[in-house]
Amino acid sequence: MEALERVFGERIGSIISESTGKIRSINQKYATPTIKLSGGAKFALLLLRFYLIFLVVLLVYKFWTVIHGGA
Amino acid sequence: MDLFSKIYFNYSKIVKTIKIYLLLAGPGLIVMIADNDAGGITTYAATGAKFGYSLIWFLILLGPVAYFVQEMTVRLGAVTKHGHAEAIFSAFGSFWGWFSLLDLTVVNWLTMVTEFIGMTAALSIFGIPPVVTVAIVVLVMLGIVLSGRYWTWEKITMAFCLVNLIYIPAAILVHPSIPDILRNGIVPNFPGGFNGELFFLLMANIGTTIAPWMIFFQQSAVVDKNMKEKDIPWGKFDTVVGAFFTVLVAVFIIIVTGTLLYGMNIDSAAQAAQVMMGTHPWVGTLIAIGLFDAGFLGAICIALTNSWAFGEVFGWAHSLNYKVREAFWFYIFYFLGLITAGGVVLIPGAPLVLITLFVQVIAVTLLPAALVFLIILLNNEEIMGKYKNTRFDNIANITIVVCIIVVSSLYGISTLFPNLFG
Repeated sequence: MEALERVFGERIGSIISESTGKIRSINQKYATPTIKLSGGAKFALLLLRFYLIFLVVLLVYKFWTVIHGGA
Repeated sequence: MDLFSKIYFNYSKIVKTIKIYLLLAGPGLIVMIADNDAGGITTYAATGAKFGYSLIWFLILLGPVAYFVQEMTVRLGAVTKHGHAEAIFSAFGSFWGWFSLLDLTVVNWLTMVTEFIGMTAALSIFGIPPVVTVAIVVLVMLGIVLSGRYWTWEKITMAFCLVNLIYIPAAILVHPSIPDILRNGIVPNFPGGFNGELFFLLMANIGTTIAPWMIFFQQSAVVDKNMKEKDIPWGKFDTVVGAFFTVLVAVFIIIVTGTLLYGMNIDSAAQAAQVMMGTHPWVGTLIAIGLFDAGFLGAICIALTNSWAFGEVFGWAHSLNYKVREAFWFYIFYFLGLITAGGVVLIPGAPLVLITLFVQVIAVTLLPAALVFLIILLNNEEIMGKYKNTRFDNIANITIVVCIIVVSSLYGISTLFPNLFG
């Protein structure tokens, strides 16, 4: 808190520390999912993770080709 | 009962039903008509210009698709009294919650930029400088929400929805051939065979039909309107009416551009309006007004979606029924979203084309997740009780969701790699 205030100034430092505190409390509040997931739902979420990883890889590849003058 | 008594009885029953509907109408109608935003209008204009009336049948099919997805948000919102962002955090934990919230913020902000691009381009046709457009639009949008009543906001926004119907007189003015529309547009066909260009436009049309913000918006609006479980049938009806109008508007845009610009490559609705101004000034004017209205509706709904989502998760007061001093962060978020998105359009040399393309790609990262969460939540008996998905709902919704995920992914990928599908 004091370190943040030293770097960003008193007002901005307190806003940042309040925000991080809020985010921490949200993470605590929603730490565990409240619904009981069926096998199908768990499988769908697993597929979703793979799908998102695939998209991230594609985006990184596109970014890499653009940086290196490709398509 | 004599004849007159019967007529009067039926008349008062109909009037009463309409009054109840007008009271409960809103979220479904607004979300569906705002779905025809600046990007949507551009897609329909390009589709009509490229393929004439040939793809009208495809747009008609997209109406039920939009309805089935959005109808789920009505039930979820009315039963849980939570917006979609809060529902994801609560049901699936903070990892999926933050992923959805942050992705929503990025994709919504980029979409808002495209709405401002549409609005400034539309009013530029009438000689209004972009800076004036952005300033006035932001002030008007701020004024609309500051009434401190959800009801007022909703009814003003519904008036803007009516302006979206401007494409109907525009289509009448171009004197289209009805037999041609019926012959070429209603029977399913793929003009010129199923090639890469056609496939891209089909994907674009599906991409504009269901956007991530729509799911979050309608659920939050249902909660803010304080709709109860008993109101679900009316909410569904409202969504049907909205789906009907969104398809109607799309079809009439295709009729306009399919009649006047057939065979042309159109990059934006503003370009279409500009071209028409030379030959059919009235039609060009109506198209430009419609484009402005579409961008306006899109921007106001998307900005609110962000404010609602953050308010739900951060626990801020997040209702249009609150005054500014009661829901300070809700309104600040709304205002900042609008002013920054509008500001980007005014930066000389800003990569607006890149932003427009990027929206499609980022939306693809959020849409499948939002849809999967929706299906899982709607199947949870503990949450939904008797309002959970039936077997028929699941067959229809899972089929639609899988198709949307596949097609929107291909659309996003083809935006990244334009030569992929020839």
